[in-house]
Amino acid sequence: MFSLAKRTLAALALVSPVALAASYPEAINQFGRPATDEEVAAWDIDVRPDFKGLPEGAGSVEDGEALWLEKCAVCHGDFGDSNEVFSPLVLGNITPEDIESGRVAALQDPAVVRTTLMKVSTLSTIWDYINRAMPWNAPKSLETDEVYALVAYLLNLGYIVDYDFVLSNENIEDVQAMMPNRNGMTRDHGLWSVDGTPDVVGSDCTKNCDVDTTVTSFLPDYAMNAHGNLKDQVRDYGPFPGIQTAPESESAEAEVAAPANAAPDAILAANGCSGCHQLDSALVGPAFHAIMDKYADRDDAVAYLKGKIRNGGQGVWGSMAMPPMAQVNDTDLQVLAEWLAAGQ
Amino acid sequence: MHDSSANNARGHVRPAPESFLEPELVAEILAHGVNESRRGLIKGAFAAAVAAMGSQALAAESDPDIVNVPEWSRMLGKSVATNPYGLPSKYEANIIRRQSPGLTQTDQASVAFTPLQSMFGMITPSGLHFERHHQGWVDIDPRRHRFMINGMVKEPIVFTMEELMRMPSVSRMHFLECGANTALEWGNSAVPTVQYTHGMLSGSEWTGVPLSLLLERAGYDKSAKYILAEGADGSSMTRTINIDAALDDVIVAYGQNGEMLRPEQGYPLRLVVPGVQGVSWVKWLRRIEVGDQPYAAKDETSHYVDLMPDGMQRQYTAIQEAKSVITSPSGGQKLMNKGYYCITGLAWSGRGTVRKVEVSVDGGRNWKEARIEGPALPKMITRFNFDWMWDGSEVLLQSRVTDSTGYVQPQRAELVAVRGTRSIYHNNAIQTWRVNQSGEVENVQLG
Repeated sequence: MFSLAKRTLAALALVSPVALAASYPEAINQFGRPATDEEVAAWDIDVRPDFKGLPEGAGSVEDGEALWLEKCAVCHGDFGDSNEVFSPLVLGNITPEDIESGRVAALQDPAVVRTTLMKVSTLSTIWDYINRAMPWNAPKSLETDEVYALVAYLLNLGYIVDYDFVLSNENIEDVQAMMPNRNGMTRDHGLWSVDGTPDVVGSDCTKNCDVDTTVTSFLPDYAMNAHGNLKDQVRDYGPFPGIQTAPESESAEAEVAAPANAAPDAILAANGCSGCHQLDSALVGPAFHAIMDKYADRDDAVAYLKGKIRNGGQGVWGSMAMPPMAQVNDTDLQVLAEWLAAGQ
Repeated sequence: MHDSSANNARGHVRPAPESFLEPELVAEILAHGVNESRRGLIKGAFAAAVAAMGSQALAAESDPDIVNVPEWSRMLGKSVATNPYGLPSKYEANIIRRQSPGLTQTDQASVAFTPLQSMFGMITPSGLHFERHHQGWVDIDPRRHRFMINGMVKEPIVFTMEELMRMPSVSRMHFLECGANTALEWGNSAVPTVQYTHGMLSGSEWTGVPLSLLLERAGYDKSAKYILAEGADGSSMTRTINIDAALDDVIVAYGQNGEMLRPEQGYPLRLVVPGVQGVSWVKWLRRIEVGDQPYAAKDETSHYVDLMPDGMQRQYTAIQEAKSVITSPSGGQKLMNKGYYCITGLAWSGRGTVRKVEVSVDGGRNWKEARIEGPALPKMITRFNFDWMWDGSEVLLQSRVTDSTGYVQPQRAELVAVRGTRSIYHNNAIQTWRVNQSGEVENVQLG
């Protein structure tokens, strides 16, 4: 652990812009302005585990149930047990022994689905999160007392409080003392700080290492296509093409149907036509309106213009040659020729 | 898309006659040796393979894609600014972010994975950067965005984007990995490709103001121990960060790879917390609170806690320990014939730089050092390459990173022995890809 002075010095060394303070000591104060009390109150909504930040208020389980059915049940189910939209919040597997010990025993059972009430150790978390982020499609729309009521209902679903309970800022610490997994968290690990000690370090053996190379797990054939055809998830021309996992008949390789006809201006832009032709004035080649006028009365104008676009030409409008437009697809070619022949 | 194999086979590598035996026959021969009937099958298969080679064997024939000068060599190209904001070639349409079907119940609290199998170098194109949102993404008007610092400070301060972008800035390259990257693989091989096993990973250049400078401006209390970072989106997601990390290399960033952040990445402002899991890189950042206790946010109690076999949950697990993965060849890909291949992949460490990457082709029995390609920067993904001749036999490919602290990436069995298979987060085990005799690569786990 650095001392405070060392910490600041380290920051100075690593992050050079902090030197601003040395070059122009007053400049830093040019940026930002004091926030008003009203502004801080509007945004500083977090509630800490010691309930710092918790606003005064109260809500009953009964009121919470009505609100829940109105605003929460659609996603979480009437009893918070739905797995349809989110993982279950509560499943009725918290025991009196859990509440007594502060450790949810079922967390050790791989067969048990982990619910929010089994995992969360701090009641502040639930209050804070409902307040800041719920309901799902209208976050921050709940009144303070409504948040208390919804938390109360959830606690009741977990058998932590009775149905006639009213949760308030006055008694919330008492309920914290009953949270079923309040003793279920540890910070005794190496992943909290960059200097932490790893719990598992690999071997640096390089020759004839003692490892079990038996393949114990692989995807069964029927699961290979569960993520779609793998052949279509890499380049089709690289050194490692993808495996065809979909039945060939379902392959995306069938020529994709030509898209609906694009507008003439999009075709002109996409095929570089506007590099030489403008609508109203001659550029390298004649103006489109001039072409329209010239062929307005010609019976086979569409066929003629298709040929001119496809094959190019020289001499009709001057000595500058028009290159063949081999890249224009047949559909677009038809659209362009019809557009020019129609004279609009 | 074209069917390239049908009308343009000449431009592509096709399976060599060496790979002509069906796996079932190979297994039978390995088990029982070659008898007359099996010898006949081999001969027949070889003849069929040679016949199938067809035009490739007749190398003297000219390539129509050369002889018939292609249309793009005989046309006027498109004008400048046809796409005022450039787009990839239409032939790259397969290279996109993808969801893992069934992983999440909603599309707003979900993940779209980066196609690592198709990428080069160490920079992730911003449009392919993986997405992880908790309540959907928003596109914030930067003129109306504000950033506040309050809590244990001399006075709470509000900044506009204009002010933040006028301040002295830094540009740093760092990896960004979700704490739940590779989460599906704790218990067994669950997904087919590296996009789904490791695709919540990116490398970008981030530009912004050092948080330490902003904390100085606010006059942070020197007895502070933590900060809380909070987003401006509907979820207003919050995460606790150690003050030591906050003062070290954390950036309040607006730039990503030379342009403003993408909306999916928190436009116009996000936190960059080098070496720390992605959930702490709060997007759409609106507020930092300076405090003296951790905050136990939703994503520090209900999620992003690592369940141990004894039922205890590790809380505030943040650092992404050293990890590496071979991105090509990788699951779902296919080697078309024997011969030279460049095995390529990525390595990174949340505690420092990549010191060494080794590759094994025999499931971890023997290791050789790979080449580090490009700079190995602190807390940034590093590209490695490894020269390899495939002899057509079944192989088990692995990569292993050692970082600047001396930490060596563990085998999966080593990690699971301590942490079990239910901790969801921080799976940095060595990845195994099996190449079978037909050249197909699949995701497997050993021992």
